[in-house]
Amino acid sequence: MSTLAEVAKLIRSKNAGPFWLTLDVMFDDRQTYEAVRDQHVLSVELISRLYMQPRECVRVFAHDAAMAIKVSIPRPHSSGSPMDTDVFGGQQYAPLLDLAVEFPRHQGHK
Amino acid sequence: MLEPLPVLSATGMLGSGFREESIYRALDLGVRMIGCDAGTTDFGPHLLATGDSQFSRAAVKRDTSIILAAAVRAGIPLVIGSAGGAGGDVNLEWMRRVLLETAREQGLHFRLALIHAEQSKDKVRELMRQGRVLPLPPSEPLSDFAVDEALHIVAMMGAEPVQAALDSAQVVLAGRSSDAAIYSALPLKLGYASAVCWHAAKILECGAAAVAQRAAPDSMVAVLHSDSFDVFPMRDDYRCTPQSIASHTLYENVDPFHLVEPSGILNTLESEYVAIDNRAVNVSGSTFELAERYGVKIEGARLVGYSTIILGAIRDPLIIRQLDNWLERLDENLKERLRNTVGDAAQHQITARIYGRDGVMGALEPRKTIEGHEVMVLWDVISASQGLSHSIAASLSHMAVHNPIPEWDGLISGVAFPFAPSEVDRGPVYEFHLNHVVYPDSPTSLFPTDYESV
Repeated sequence: MSTLAEVAKLIRSKNAGPFWLTLDVMFDDRQTYEAVRDQHVLSVELISRLYMQPRECVRVFAHDAAMAIKVSIPRPHSSGSPMDTDVFGGQQYAPLLDLAVEFPRHQGHK
Repeated sequence: MLEPLPVLSATGMLGSGFREESIYRALDLGVRMIGCDAGTTDFGPHLLATGDSQFSRAAVKRDTSIILAAAVRAGIPLVIGSAGGAGGDVNLEWMRRVLLETAREQGLHFRLALIHAEQSKDKVRELMRQGRVLPLPPSEPLSDFAVDEALHIVAMMGAEPVQAALDSAQVVLAGRSSDAAIYSALPLKLGYASAVCWHAAKILECGAAAVAQRAAPDSMVAVLHSDSFDVFPMRDDYRCTPQSIASHTLYENVDPFHLVEPSGILNTLESEYVAIDNRAVNVSGSTFELAERYGVKIEGARLVGYSTIILGAIRDPLIIRQLDNWLERLDENLKERLRNTVGDAAQHQITARIYGRDGVMGALEPRKTIEGHEVMVLWDVISASQGLSHSIAASLSHMAVHNPIPEWDGLISGVAFPFAPSEVDRGPVYEFHLNHVVYPDSPTSLFPTDYESV
């Protein structure tokens, strides 16, 4: 058992325009990427629970060519508005770091 | 068969910098145009609201002077999009003056096009009445009230207004534009396939951001072919990999496979990214689906009020463990005090962010507990005037420091202020309040263009 933070090359968040937030989890080897993708570590259900968003607002994409899983959710407040806490949306990924990834015995990971 | 068409992106944002030799290197490769994006909504709504530039005049002028001289001397077009930051008329005029100043200093002569993207409230109301304005998720339908409140409204142009300007101008300063339209306009006009033009433009829009490891902003070149394009950086120590280029569709996009432009959607589901060598990548297989209706996004910003903030830190564990109650009691005490000073009618909003608990993530924070031994409270008082916000904040900070808890008898000083004065006036604060798409008469109808000879 590993955490997403241990096996990902980069976990980041950023604005996608002033009204959306997007989270990218990127990998540097296909085996790890596919394990995370196929175990649905980042599912709509989980993101909906973790970020307290209605399921219909959560979008999850598996990007094979980029070896990345992408999650997009609406921002609670538009970027830079008085109630916003993170103008670039750059520090909203921390809840993803400890998610568990399982690897079959024979598969190596870093 | 179309000739290979090399296109240069000077950098991801005008004023963020690039190496001068990167531009000359691209000229040696025979690039047929230079483009640069000059705006973004990233820094917040104040750039649109005030017309200010994020980067200093000196930084923008430095970048502009190099690419303008390079383009004029090489006899190729220069396209600068989202001029001045937010791409409104104030931003555009600011950028025009910077450009004219450096042109004069360097003795450069050319035909200049200025494409306006600012929209009058009357125009937006008219489009609204005609049912041509729809909300984008997660926003509500546009109201007259929202239009009235807007300080500035801009529409984000597609490639067509830039193409029209290129008919008679060598240098194009465009107001708010789709970042990719800066780079797709010329190749589309020359007949290259839409999917190739838009995908190449999507990579170019951020300059060297799509390289594997970027130390500082710099330039990128794409060479367009009839059914694919190559992309590579100008700095020797940068390289593009299939993964770095594929990953760029993730950056700042909600959906990496369907990239929306005014004229249609770039579909990257079947895109193939192949290494040409250790620093260049070939991209093919993308498709472009024409939209049923040509639609442009509009952006608007409004004034929310005037803000005064207070930073106060707490170290006493007895206060920290009852922080929410302590804040509630403070709020009640303050209300009573304000009734006697500024009066009931003075509308205001006070928020308290707790750093050490959910200051960074706010509503999205799943761990709403304090685990450290100190917290920072950031109070933000917003009202219709700076004077009122300041006077409320002054009462607030004074009451906060002496706000009692039952465990201690007598007068306490429960907040550590790191600054004196502890109240900091932030001036006017704004918010983006338009997130809508409009369906204009034609792709160019919202974007009038002025021409001048420099």
